[in-house]
Amino acid sequence: MTRDDILARIKAELGDRVVDFHAKSDRRYYVEVGPDDVPGATRLIFEELGARFQIATGIDTPRAIEILYHWAFDRFGFVLTLRTKLDREKPEVDSVAGICTGTEWIEREMWELLGVKFRGHPDMRHLLLRDDWPAGKFPLRRDYVRADHA
Amino acid sequence: MSFAVRALTRSLNVFHLGGSACNNCDIEILDALTPRYDVERFGLTLVGSVRHADLILLSGVFNTKAAIRARRIYEQAPKPVVVVAIGACACTGDIFRKSYNWDGPVDRYIPVDAYVAGCPPKPEAMLEAVVTLVKKLRGA
Amino acid sequence: MPRTAIIPIGPYHPLQEEPEFFKLHVEGETVVGLDIELGYNHRGIEKLSESKTFEQTVFLVERICGICSTSHPIACVQAIEDAGNIAVPERALYIRSLIGELERLHSHLLWLGLAGHFLGFNTVWMWVWRYREDLLDIMELLTGNRNHYAMMKPGGVRRDIRREDIPAVRKMLDGLKGPLALFRDAVAEDPVIHARLKDVGVLTRQEVIDYCALGPTARASGVAIDVRRDHPHAAYGLVEWDVCVEHNGDVFDKAVVRIREMFESVRIVAQCLDRLEVVGGPIDSNPKEIPPGEGIGHYEAPRGEVFHYVRSDGGNRPARHKVRAPSYMNVPTDRAAVLGGSVSDATIVLAAVDPCYCCTERMAALDASTGRRLMGAKELLRLSWEKTERLKRELGAEGPKLDLARTE
Repeated sequence: MTRDDILARIKAELGDRVVDFHAKSDRRYYVEVGPDDVPGATRLIFEELGARFQIATGIDTPRAIEILYHWAFDRFGFVLTLRTKLDREKPEVDSVAGICTGTEWIEREMWELLGVKFRGHPDMRHLLLRDDWPAGKFPLRRDYVRADHA
Repeated sequence: MSFAVRALTRSLNVFHLGGSACNNCDIEILDALTPRYDVERFGLTLVGSVRHADLILLSGVFNTKAAIRARRIYEQAPKPVVVVAIGACACTGDIFRKSYNWDGPVDRYIPVDAYVAGCPPKPEAMLEAVVTLVKKLRGA
Repeated sequence: MPRTAIIPIGPYHPLQEEPEFFKLHVEGETVVGLDIELGYNHRGIEKLSESKTFEQTVFLVERICGICSTSHPIACVQAIEDAGNIAVPERALYIRSLIGELERLHSHLLWLGLAGHFLGFNTVWMWVWRYREDLLDIMELLTGNRNHYAMMKPGGVRRDIRREDIPAVRKMLDGLKGPLALFRDAVAEDPVIHARLKDVGVLTRQEVIDYCALGPTARASGVAIDVRRDHPHAAYGLVEWDVCVEHNGDVFDKAVVRIREMFESVRIVAQCLDRLEVVGGPIDSNPKEIPPGEGIGHYEAPRGEVFHYVRSDGGNRPARHKVRAPSYMNVPTDRAAVLGGSVSDATIVLAAVDPCYCCTERMAALDASTGRRLMGAKELLRLSWEKTERLKRELGAEGPKLDLARTE
């Protein structure tokens, strides 16, 4: 298998579920799918193609909350980023912790810092912030203001 | 010199209380114990329980979660006890001052007797702070 | 049914430098569960970074961790360079690798010393840290500080390596080879270390893959990943070195991987010095602005891959900056590694991943009022030391042989 085989397979299997695909360089690829296709894409990338989960990044942008899952293909020397865009008003996506154990903590972190709900997460508790952190205050949101509760 | 001061300043039992530190000050504190500096020859020794402490070393910024625990640990220390803030973070909050998880320098929670600046301060600087404090307590 | 007791370790553990909180669930002497609580070290660095310029960001990420204090900057500047398609001069690449490997040496020595301490070999701790001092002197000579080197900047490095300093680095490296061989032999030959570490805290290859573990933790279980080789950056594609892999996944193999890596680091540093004597030119490409875009940078820190993601909106500050340190992936593997083991082995198993909580951005606190039977860190250490003493008697060994003649 080569890098091109892997990319071709991802494009073929995800088919028209791929919203956007672009190569930033020959070592960085970005694939965008809809929120409902995240578990399927994760299964393909992690279980079948054997990538290593690096981390997920949650970004609050004016139009949507973006979740970026970064996957490293170590034997082929590139990083593939799976991007999905969630509704700012009701950010929800299925948890992939059941597929890849390594995603468990970062989903907890994105839940408490960004307010994204991960459906079906096995153990959703505060990870970093203290337990009495006020509900609805998400430090990584753009409209967050540091208030007296901190 | 009162009995308490004489007992306190003779052979200091040091308790190290790390906050949300980057670890560098903490390691430099441990470093002071190892053969290059070997502070044990002056009678200073690290203790595991704050109940034995004559001297508390604070390092790192203390975030909102750690500061409350630090205060509780300080209250358990036998008095009189001397507190030294090690490093820029413990002294002022340094680069983390604007963080949403930080609520003022550690001396808002614990009375601090000496401040050692530096990022991280060298072991020599920490030793000098302790020597200066001991001299002052003894009125020398 | 046997009763389960809970042993809290931490958060203010007298011997770990940082607070972290482990709850060990035990039945008798056997560990049946582990809960990890974090958050005492969370400083909100990702949010803070959005208020700094790209150049200032590097100073901020340097203060994530004092031990990997050049790994985070290297990954961060690589992310910025990836976002802005910035080229780096060759001389700067060698300087990056040089500083990175010197840092790896001091970090692994630090771990080895602490591991010795946890096992009750305080002599090892004192010896190792004494040799570490020579390294820190060299760092002070090259960068101006014993830690927090402030060497990296987007587009290159901030300070050049002066030609007249190179002999001092070589002299230090030569002086380090003897002690390194001593530590290697001490671990390889000492029967007590074998008895304490072999088949203890085993992490299988599959567990490494599931937990996405990194660095020496993964390489000790036969997963040959190393960002330096797999995603070449800095000067790692330009010098010769090997990835160190072992296969049993126990604490012993983790120690062996780290010791072998120190020899590789010495090799890389020596080659970088050779090249720095020949390769001239600028050390910085002085990028003026970062165009809108996103970039990923990663670097193999002493504990595993450090990952940075930076998004630029064309301004002089990052619009988003994500940081992931290796311990974030490695610490959860403790759950798999301590299960079924004995309480007296717990401290060394938890220490075996070389956890770094300031990196993971979290720590934990001890609540002494739970009314449960408590066993403090002191007792755990005592248990660990007693086991070493007992094994020494049983095996008739006297601990690592510190042969003075061989090192001087």
